Amino acid sequence: MTGDTGKERQATAAPAIELRGISKAFGPVQANKDISIRVAKGTIHGIIGENGAGKSTLMSILYGFYKADSGQILINGTPTAIPDSQAAIRAGIGMVFQHFKLVQNFSVLENVILGAEDGALLRPSLAKARKVLGELAAEYELDVDPDEVIEELSVGHQQRVEILKALYRHADILILDEPTGVLTPAEADHLFRILRNLKEQGKTIILITHKLREIMEITDTVSVMRRGEMTATVKTAETSPEELAELMVGRKVLLDVAKTPAQPGRVVLEVENLRVVDEDKVERLKGISLKICAGEILGIAGVAGNGQSELLAVLGGIARGTGIIRLNGDQIDLTGQHSDGQSRRARGIAHVPEDRQHLGMIMDFSAWENTAFGYHHDPAYQKNRWLMDNDAILENTKGKMERFDVRPPIPTLSAKSFSGGNQQKIILAREIERNPDLLLVGQPTRGVDIGAIEFIHKRIVELRDAGKAVLLVSVELDEIMSLSDRIAVMFDGKIMGERLPEGTNERELGLLMAGITDGKTGEAA
Amino acid sequence: MDFATLIQILDSTMRLATPLLLACLAGLYSERSGIFDIGLEGKMLMAAMCTGAVAALTGSVWIGLLAGIAGSMIFALIHGVASITFRGNQLISGVALNFVASGITVLIAQSLFRQGGRTPPLSGPARFNPIELPFAEALSGVPILGPFYAEVISGHGALVYIALLCVPLTWWALFRTRFGLRLRAVGENPASVDTAGISVVRLRYTAVIITGVLCGLAGAYMAAGLQTGFGKEMTAGRGYIALAALIFAKWRPWYALMATLLFGFFQALALRPDVIKGTLGFDVPVPALDALPYILTVIVLAGFVGRAIPPRAGGEPYVKER
Repeated sequence: MTGDTGKERQATAAPAIELRGISKAFGPVQANKDISIRVAKGTIHGIIGENGAGKSTLMSILYGFYKADSGQILINGTPTAIPDSQAAIRAGIGMVFQHFKLVQNFSVLENVILGAEDGALLRPSLAKARKVLGELAAEYELDVDPDEVIEELSVGHQQRVEILKALYRHADILILDEPTGVLTPAEADHLFRILRNLKEQGKTIILITHKLREIMEITDTVSVMRRGEMTATVKTAETSPEELAELMVGRKVLLDVAKTPAQPGRVVLEVENLRVVDEDKVERLKGISLKICAGEILGIAGVAGNGQSELLAVLGGIARGTGIIRLNGDQIDLTGQHSDGQSRRARGIAHVPEDRQHLGMIMDFSAWENTAFGYHHDPAYQKNRWLMDNDAILENTKGKMERFDVRPPIPTLSAKSFSGGNQQKIILAREIERNPDLLLVGQPTRGVDIGAIEFIHKRIVELRDAGKAVLLVSVELDEIMSLSDRIAVMFDGKIMGERLPEGTNERELGLLMAGITDGKTGEAA
Repeated sequence: MDFATLIQILDSTMRLATPLLLACLAGLYSERSGIFDIGLEGKMLMAAMCTGAVAALTGSVWIGLLAGIAGSMIFALIHGVASITFRGNQLISGVALNFVASGITVLIAQSLFRQGGRTPPLSGPARFNPIELPFAEALSGVPILGPFYAEVISGHGALVYIALLCVPLTWWALFRTRFGLRLRAVGENPASVDTAGISVVRLRYTAVIITGVLCGLAGAYMAAGLQTGFGKEMTAGRGYIALAALIFAKWRPWYALMATLLFGFFQALALRPDVIKGTLGFDVPVPALDALPYILTVIVLAGFVGRAIPPRAGGEPYVKER
């Protein structure tokens, strides 16, 4: 591998970056917990972890975008305060954000000099930048037309402009946050060539990603983050995708769910060749086909961001896609006025969304209002043609809170004053008590305490036992393993394979989650 | 319409367009930085009152002008604090300031002078007096161009020329200087400015202050150039017309000049019902003529000018995001 030159340099010099005990909380969420890391000069250092593991927060701290609550930053061995981005730039750090920070209607040149102008007048700066860009382009394969307007450029070229911006500011340390997320495979390959070039010129590169293939292909060292903590730092040459997958997903005490073997009945949901293209024109679902029977829980395993969210969104009627979806044998509209969430509910598809606080409820509304959402047209909730029967909803909510053990059982309390677990129970009560044919449930126990997890799992199994179909999406492998009757693993918008929980193990699933079947990576194809 | 009449109308076009142009350029700086400012009207009104009052008290239009700028600046800064520091809703802040200005100007004028909310009539050095440009007299004999130069171009108050100079100056500042680059960037994508290590807040305050100065000039010209003192609601919606002109001009300085001259021309026409009658052959009621510039405003705002793309970050407070 290319790691050898990097290792030699590392032995002689102080690390380009050293972080000591960095912590950062956003309100109650601890995004970074006591993180320490050393990045050797002239290497490509990967930081891998699931979405929400705290990678981007850590790098934003390093770039002066956020202030750490505690901890120390050392650049080339010198303790350095980075209160703002200007300080980071002075310290030789350049950052390529996941969402580019470019002015869309400016030319490439204007974007490059913005904030790094040489004087009050633009003309000399522009002339100098034009010259420097020419040199950089030749040196690193970073060709971009300097006079082109950003919005006319492809995403790959826009990214090059971001890299050029950093290099123009004499960055020695380049941080790239999920750089390949929006790139085509060819563009990604080109990017990696650029990064290798940069490394050969002695630049230090930090690559943030959740893609194992990229880590294995290009990094010298890799650090793994999980739930705000740095769980391991290893030499890439001395590790394997399997080990990294395990470190990323982690192991947790296996929660036993008491359930009897499934009694699958007729097919409830049938999905054929489902495709979703997002607003950046990236294909998020690349032809998904699956079936779920009555009385069966299908668990979708996968590292977050591999299309699971899009699958739930299309089935739930909150995103558009192409393909065929049949519910109880009838084809469901994927476009037009009958493709919305309301129509899905009317057909018997209930949805417990992944993002509870944004899609599942309105946090400032009270619990009883939240239990009516989506079903507020229910005649039982109407007093007459114009008025809603709030008392009926309130009464109904009281019953739901009792049956689902929501604490405190006060319907008039606003949703945000409940704990995560109790919020989830409110949503679950709303969806499950409608007795749907199919329950879509995403990350049912994210941010939920142990006691509530057990309760929620029990309710999902009960629904299955009542002969309903359940599609469970979770990034928690244990949850998938213990709840599912069948497991499908998603990677890069495709289903890598299906397994039975009793016929597989975490190791095998971890490999599939990394896109590896029989030792080959799915992405490479 | 004979030539002399045309010259007269063009002459008053110049005078009527001046406050519009100054206000329009004021709005241009603010909106280019991403701060929508519906409060141009209020700032002009405030400046007009301050200028009228101070010029009347001191007898000097220049001290009056400084007072006008100060009055406008206070309002500009309040808008800045509300919309930049406290990330408030820029429309609400602007509308609120307009209402405040509408009331407080009359209140102050009344308590100072007890003349029904007006400031005393200004004359002599308390007004912007006409400046004869060189050779105006000598050239007036030249057919067509002579009278045009002598009447339309020459013989206006100083602020008319300052306003005209502001157009190339603004263009130059916007497109040829570092400040302009950053100003345009912060109105399009403040995150790009922030990550480049430049303070979004400072840039936006700078823009808002320039807006305050220019509105101050516009208001001062209203009170001590166009009219002879401050009167209740004397700006008569010119702040809104300037906003319409800004959209018409697609946030560009030279277009702003053209747009405000057009609006000024309609205002000048409205003052000459006799000419309208002479041209059209029938009487147009004066109120209908008075409404002309506003009707044009509505037409402009209804998208008659085609798609005008405002600065993309306009109206949105900047909050760092992950």
